[in-house]
Amino acid sequence: MKQFLKTTLLVAATLWSVASFAADPTVPLDEAKVDLHNKASLQRGAQLFMNYCLGCHSMEYQRYNRTFEDLGIPEEIGMENLQFTGEKVGDLITNAMPAESAGNWFGTAAPDLTLVSRVRGADWIYTYLRSFYVDESRPFGVNNAVFPNVGMPHVLEELQGIPRKTYEEQMVDGEMTERYVGIKTDGSGMLSPSEYDQAMLDLTNFLVYTGEPMLLEQRRMGWYVFGFLFVFTLFAWFLKREFFKDVK
Amino acid sequence: MSKLIAWIDERIPMTKTWNIHLAQYPAPKNFNFWYLFGVLAMLVLVNQILTGIWLTMNYVPSADGAFASVEYIMRDVDYGWLLRYMHSTGASAFFVVVYLHMLRGMMYGSYQKPRELLWVFGMLIFLVLMAEAFMGYLLPWGQMSYWGAQVIISLFGAIPVIGDDLTLWIRGDYVISGATLNRFFALHVIALPLVLVILVFLHIVALHEVGSNNPEGINIKKPKGSIPEEEKPKFKFHERFTKKYDIVDAFPFFPYYVVKDLVGIGIFLFFFCYVIFFAPAMGGLFLEPPNFEPANPLKTPDHIAPVWYFTPFYAILRAVPEKLLGVILMFGSIAALFVLPWLDRAKVRSIRYRSGFHKVNLAIFVVSFVALGYLGLKPATEVYTFFARVFTFLYFAFFVLLFFYSKNENTKPVPERITK
Repeated sequence: MKQFLKTTLLVAATLWSVASFAADPTVPLDEAKVDLHNKASLQRGAQLFMNYCLGCHSMEYQRYNRTFEDLGIPEEIGMENLQFTGEKVGDLITNAMPAESAGNWFGTAAPDLTLVSRVRGADWIYTYLRSFYVDESRPFGVNNAVFPNVGMPHVLEELQGIPRKTYEEQMVDGEMTERYVGIKTDGSGMLSPSEYDQAMLDLTNFLVYTGEPMLLEQRRMGWYVFGFLFVFTLFAWFLKREFFKDVK
Repeated sequence: MSKLIAWIDERIPMTKTWNIHLAQYPAPKNFNFWYLFGVLAMLVLVNQILTGIWLTMNYVPSADGAFASVEYIMRDVDYGWLLRYMHSTGASAFFVVVYLHMLRGMMYGSYQKPRELLWVFGMLIFLVLMAEAFMGYLLPWGQMSYWGAQVIISLFGAIPVIGDDLTLWIRGDYVISGATLNRFFALHVIALPLVLVILVFLHIVALHEVGSNNPEGINIKKPKGSIPEEEKPKFKFHERFTKKYDIVDAFPFFPYYVVKDLVGIGIFLFFFCYVIFFAPAMGGLFLEPPNFEPANPLKTPDHIAPVWYFTPFYAILRAVPEKLLGVILMFGSIAALFVLPWLDRAKVRSIRYRSGFHKVNLAIFVVSFVALGYLGLKPATEVYTFFARVFTFLYFAFFVLLFFYSKNENTKPVPERITK
């Protein structure tokens, strides 16, 4: 048994070292510090979504009333200020854009965003929303560093301003060279760069919420279940000890 | 109460069955950690059946409705997310415990004579379980459901002559479609669970006929009259077991192993519930991210990987450049396990008394299996494919070597009785 374990561990360790330098190359993503407890952030995110995204992207598995309730928005206020589609507060968050027309306009139907956070992850969304840049070769004049040749126009331009890939001249070994320093806005937007980052974090936060609206309840229940299991296992252990007194 | 029991016992053998299989069933006294996974597999099976029944109440088996109905369960059905996560986590947990259960059998030689049929029933359970899991994974109708099924079903197309007709017959269509979804649903919720439950019943019938093995691999049934009265256990075992043999070093399954298993179940549930409540996707292993996108026959995902429990076999398939040969090797890797009782010709069961060579061989087999599982998750790059070939070779080498060295293996002397 010992020899079996030793060999297993030895071979496994060798493999681990082989596997570790074979990582896949990916675009570096910025960390989205989402916080589902931050209702103000979620509300701002919902507002951004309803105003800027819902025109093209539906959220067809999520309901208005559930969203209002979870985000702490009174129903009447929500219906008046955030519900632009559907009639009843219990309706799903759909829009009126037919998928076929969208295909004609953008080359592809705009995907439903209810579950985008579970497909892409929060960091991807947060970085994507901040990675549009001017590219005249594209139909909408913009491209995206995270999602190259994406069919989506930069709908948040009025907030961010016009973003460009920016290079800095730098002295390296006595020679001036250009170095890519990221995407910078021209400042024509309604928000400052840090305000824009915050707004995108709010929007990401909201999308993380819609991906798993049950997440907070799920975790809360998890702790109670752990509490129960602790008591159960403890009693089971005492019971076992009691019974095994006969056997010894 | 006793009158009622007597009334029932005159009509069906209730008390007798209870005694034979639980209260007076002799179980070796030295069961260890590895002997938990059988009962855990039963627990997970019950979990799958119960949560499955409730999921069926709201699931819509159609290409148009399936994906949305799963999200309906997750959002609008009271505790629907809990049922779904219990079911999806249960699927992975099933394979975790079954793989460990099989490894236990391999370590302690539980497949050797007279337990060959017990092992074969177990392997049939494993086979049906794989079919059950594969069909269940199509039901959420996500991208990975769709394309995973596309890849796996197309494998049957590699079979000469009948291949194309066979895949058409399985799918019920020229591509995976609503027709495929509906038949997979029928098989997943009725046909295969029924077969599974019957096989589990037969597995236990076979186990209780020959009796449990143990970590020492020693028989606890001794010739009648060979054991002095004072050395016999003080427990009453059913005469079915004591009529022909003297039973040693055992105690009744109930209550002793039942209460011991309860502790194990509690500890297992900590892990199980951790996944359900805190990591249901398990970093994309249990629920793959592309599967949160509805199935789209026109858009192939960048990288199609089956769920983790199939990846060892998938890696073997991909390791072979020729498709038909790959399919043959993949099925061969499972078939080899089926005939394990006849490949292993050793006289000694437990790894504790077998040769160092066997220990190393088994260790390499375990590592190969895990490594193939890892490689099956990764894209088939040149480096990965090279390693997949190496481990495929080592996987099969285990069986070939075993067949040859086991006959005259240099084993250690096995004690007469369980002392530990």
